[in-house]
Amino acid sequence: MPVLIALVAGILMSAGIAYSQMIDPAKVLGFLTLNEHWDPSLMLVMAGALAVYASGYWLFAGKQKPLFAEHFHLPSKRELDKPLVLGSALFGAGWGLVGYCPGPALAALSSGSSATLAFLVAMIAGWFISRRWSI
Amino acid sequence: MENFTPVSALIGGALIGLGALLLYMFSGRIAGISGIASNTLFNRDGRSWRLAFVAGILIGPLLVGLVSSNFNYSTPEFNWQLIVGGLLVGIGTGWGSGCTSGHGICGISRLSVRSIVATLIFMLAGMLIATLLH
Repeated sequence: MPVLIALVAGILMSAGIAYSQMIDPAKVLGFLTLNEHWDPSLMLVMAGALAVYASGYWLFAGKQKPLFAEHFHLPSKRELDKPLVLGSALFGAGWGLVGYCPGPALAALSSGSSATLAFLVAMIAGWFISRRWSI
Repeated sequence: MENFTPVSALIGGALIGLGALLLYMFSGRIAGISGIASNTLFNRDGRSWRLAFVAGILIGPLLVGLVSSNFNYSTPEFNWQLIVGGLLVGIGTGWGSGCTSGHGICGISRLSVRSIVATLIFMLAGMLIATLLH
């Protein structure tokens, strides 16, 4: 059951990434680049996602456990530490450079683009580096 | 504003939120794509559900293509920025414990201060670099 739920969740999220055109780095850069052609679409993608997730999350708040699992797995860290701040800044820089964040880059793999594949290989190398050398 | 697509943005966003919510309500997991995908590769525990989630991310656009006949999207040019950008996105989401989905959607919805701060930082950094370079 967890496998089926995860598969459906992944499909829905990635269908949303595709349908909203966030899968297209040019569309994302149209939002991140502040000029006379600025495209606010990505703000509405966030707004739509937040509206659905936040209302569901808070309606579900107070439940002892998820429907098909023994307990919730929530991050326990609270402090604003160096890895969070520096990591998020580096992630943002890479996002602004290419227009890909991890979800859309993975979703676009099926386009067969060798550039997308190269980005994904570099991203996976980055994940490895972040695990090998913590800050 | 000539490229503004409010309707598909809102519908697509709602689908993203729905998928993430499903994973939370049924499995109690945070739908952070960077965390799930990197743990699929670098963590032996809990691999089956994570692999299924990543498979879903990979096939979602193919299904959209089947349903909608005029669905297409561009991919980047092959250049050095891709490699630098990929490394930065990987290292950054690794150290920062999340990306647009985990921090930006799930974390903000939970009112996590860490996620709100992370999202502000990566949005501002992304806008700064994109505006300077493009």
